[in-house]
Amino acid sequence: MAATVTPEAVEKTIVDALPQFGVEESDITRDATFEDLDVDSLDLAELSQIIEDEYGVQLKGDDVGKIKTVGDAIDLVVSRAG
Amino acid sequence: MRREVVVTGIGAVTPLGVGARTLHERWCAGSSGIESGEGAASEFEPTDHLTVKEVRRADRFTQFAMVAGDEAVAEAGWDGELPYDPSRIDVVIGTGIGGIGTLERGKEILMEQGERKVPPLSIPLMMSNAAPAALSMRYKLLGNSFGTVSACSAGAHAIGEAARKIQYGDADAVMTGGSEASLTPLARAAFSALDALSPTGISRPFDARRDGFVMGEGAAILILEDAEKAAERGARVLAKVRGFGATSDAYHLTAPDKEGAGAAAALRKALEDAGATPEDVVYVNAHGTSTPLNDRAETKAIKAVLGEDTEVPVSSTKSAIGHLLGAAGAVEAVATILALRDRIAPPTLGYEEPEEGMDLDYVPGQARQLRVNGKAAIGLSNSFGFGGHNVVLCLEAT
Repeated sequence: MAATVTPEAVEKTIVDALPQFGVEESDITRDATFEDLDVDSLDLAELSQIIEDEYGVQLKGDDVGKIKTVGDAIDLVVSRAG
Repeated sequence: MRREVVVTGIGAVTPLGVGARTLHERWCAGSSGIESGEGAASEFEPTDHLTVKEVRRADRFTQFAMVAGDEAVAEAGWDGELPYDPSRIDVVIGTGIGGIGTLERGKEILMEQGERKVPPLSIPLMMSNAAPAALSMRYKLLGNSFGTVSACSAGAHAIGEAARKIQYGDADAVMTGGSEASLTPLARAAFSALDALSPTGISRPFDARRDGFVMGEGAAILILEDAEKAAERGARVLAKVRGFGATSDAYHLTAPDKEGAGAAAALRKALEDAGATPEDVVYVNAHGTSTPLNDRAETKAIKAVLGEDTEVPVSSTKSAIGHLLGAAGAVEAVATILALRDRIAPPTLGYEEPEEGMDLDYVPGQARQLRVNGKAAIGLSNSFGFGGHNVVLCLEAT
């Protein structure tokens, strides 16, 4: 079953996932934009899959377009799950 | 007057190592890149050359092309700044099967974990145009970019068509070549089911005991430029692309025409295109797959064009690295250029027992000096693909 959705848990999932895409872990903060982290739409498609896997929350086209920062992504996942 | 095409940079990743000269030197020294019946590019470590993100964004066949591309670009003196308007630099790269490893992994995930787990990068990584797309982005080349797909002649096709773009005036330079990474369970099993692979795992082209080809992987990239423009910028010229001859057998999906008629026609066309005669040829880099049918038909084709008693040395790079499929034509063009430049005929490794009727000089045993006798160093590189695609490149080293 899907894991409990807390901001801390989602943040950890994202911090664990992004280095696979070549992001330096130390650069990842809530305020960091995906653009600055060089995380593009293809990376976000993969990240969405990881999040869906973990929390059962689906992020689709429009959602991904609205996400600018790591914090936006965390908040969106938490709000969807709630 | 058509524009002349020169080669100003080359790069390769092959079972003999990373680097075009590594391939040339090790092959000429008699080294083989084949182990346990396969030519794996085992010295290639993607993260030695590419970032984590680049590796993740590219199937192995595209990674090979990027690393070979970096070598070619550096040699041509293109790193730092492009010498021409980027919109006049094209990219044409061949592959036999593209990202088949990515396809197979995606299919496994689909079957085992369901469709929602299929990686979103599956299509952009497996598509057969992924290598030219990656090279165009990597070097910011804005001209025409696309892939050529013609099985084992794809790499040679790419170079021939790339040369045409410059000759016709559509481009001032083209990054071209071929790439393949198909040492995968499906490709192995499928080629094996066709009885195309050597059951003994030995690549010995033209030898009477040959029993099929050995699969290999790798890439080669060449930088072609308009000769006049290359001279203006003071580029070092490695070779000229003199001629390109391409024909079809229209005979069988996998078997070559037994008499080698289509191959002979391609050889003639390449010479005609080069404005050269059979007497001008000092070396032939054969397709030489080590399959019973190819090597016999190719021998007939070479004799039909160069003469029944021709003494021109003919050797097969596949004796040292196996068959690189869609990359073969490009890797072998690079090997041909370096052989011609160094005036050396590399050996057909493993060739010992002649077959009746196959009596060309296959350069058995070891490399030897290539006699040019004061003439231009003109060679031919043959590539023939499943589907009956025949491509011959006529190259001249400076």
